[in-house]
Amino acid sequence: MATVILPRSLVVLFPGAARKVEVDASTVADAISALDQRWPGVRDRLCERDTALREFIKVYVDGLPGELQTAVAPGSTVHILPAVAGG
Amino acid sequence: MSKQLLVLIGTRKGAFILAGDPAGRGGPDGWHLSGPLCEGWPINHFRHDPASGALYAGGGSPWYGAAVWRSDDLGASWTHSSQGMTYGEDGPAMRAVWHVEPVGDALYAGVEPAGLFKSLDGGATWAHVEGLTNHPSRPSWQPGNGGLICHTVFAHPSDANRMWVAISAVGCFATEDGGATWEARNRGVRVDGLPDPYPETGQCVHKMVAAAGRPERLYQQNHCGTYRSDDAGRTWICLDKGLPSTFGFPIVAHPTDPDTVFTIPLNGDDRGRYVPEAKLAVWRTMDQGNHWSSLRQGLPSSDAYVGVLRESMARDDLSPFGLYFGTSTGQLFASADEGGSWRRMADLLPPITSVETALVDA
Repeated sequence: MATVILPRSLVVLFPGAARKVEVDASTVADAISALDQRWPGVRDRLCERDTALREFIKVYVDGLPGELQTAVAPGSTVHILPAVAGG
Repeated sequence: MSKQLLVLIGTRKGAFILAGDPAGRGGPDGWHLSGPLCEGWPINHFRHDPASGALYAGGGSPWYGAAVWRSDDLGASWTHSSQGMTYGEDGPAMRAVWHVEPVGDALYAGVEPAGLFKSLDGGATWAHVEGLTNHPSRPSWQPGNGGLICHTVFAHPSDANRMWVAISAVGCFATEDGGATWEARNRGVRVDGLPDPYPETGQCVHKMVAAAGRPERLYQQNHCGTYRSDDAGRTWICLDKGLPSTFGFPIVAHPTDPDTVFTIPLNGDDRGRYVPEAKLAVWRTMDQGNHWSSLRQGLPSSDAYVGVLRESMARDDLSPFGLYFGTSTGQLFASADEGGSWRRMADLLPPITSVETALVDA
């Protein structure tokens, strides 16, 4: 299992969602699919057209920048962050 | 059962509801402001659907994308969705929802980049109305300052197959077959500065409304003038004479008189885009645009460097009807006597992008 850390601004959009979630995933895309199964609509908030992360969504896998296809190992920690943007 | 009047306010930082007794529209007491709703997302349009009782808010988060929010308990709790709201793998990314329009059992959303989406389940899932973006002019569509946005959607009151949309900076389109095919309807609408100032498309329509009781009559406030059409948008007549400017955003129709509309001119696209001479006024015609007069009583008469955006003026359906508008600097003004006098109902809100009203059970 991998641990996914979600931002507050995403969690509040989905009643019952948690900031820290355990998922069975081999890629970031798998992890987001697992989140979407638990809370339908999460993928639409994080991904553009299912093929890429949204412009201002950043992912780090074990501390390194990642994309949807980035590998996730058992025990990995995946941070999903809203980028510093807006006003 | 007693009624409660809701003034639904969309802003750059969430939606707000100002609620009060309809009898108290003329005074400052008894109104309660709630918000920010929708988790502080930028909301471009916030409205009530009288048929379902739902509140809908359309907008887009810089981080999480476009969505339509729905509340079935007058704002206490919300859901949101953009499922199906996509142009496909090869299409442009969806940025925001700009207008939400219930039409019979359907719900339509005008979006950025410009297009139209339809939901048959109250906004839970969406399907692209491809006929609009299949229009032959699509490759030439260009954004206005606010983006390439479909910001106006409405249907004929007795024939849902007849619909109109307005897109900045592209113009007015109409369908007679429920959205399968669309026709550009911009004849007579200027595009100042172009070598040909009357192209088929390319007009920067800012807002368009149908006249009360006469659905073939439309009015539009454009980047380049104010216009009326008496033939469902096929041809347009310029109504600029008597107005202080050719530039403005909102236009609101009278509830029963097709000859009366209200607009709020700004001083010009290259002059700051605030109200002329920094004096806030709503302008009204009562003779289909032949003559205009200003309504100013109670509004700031100096140093008002404010603008009013396309969705930010509305009326209620009470008698006499009330008018409301919000400014780009966060003030909400209201009139309980059809524009005769005004008062400030809220201040210090985020920039206001949308104002609508709803009369609901208290």
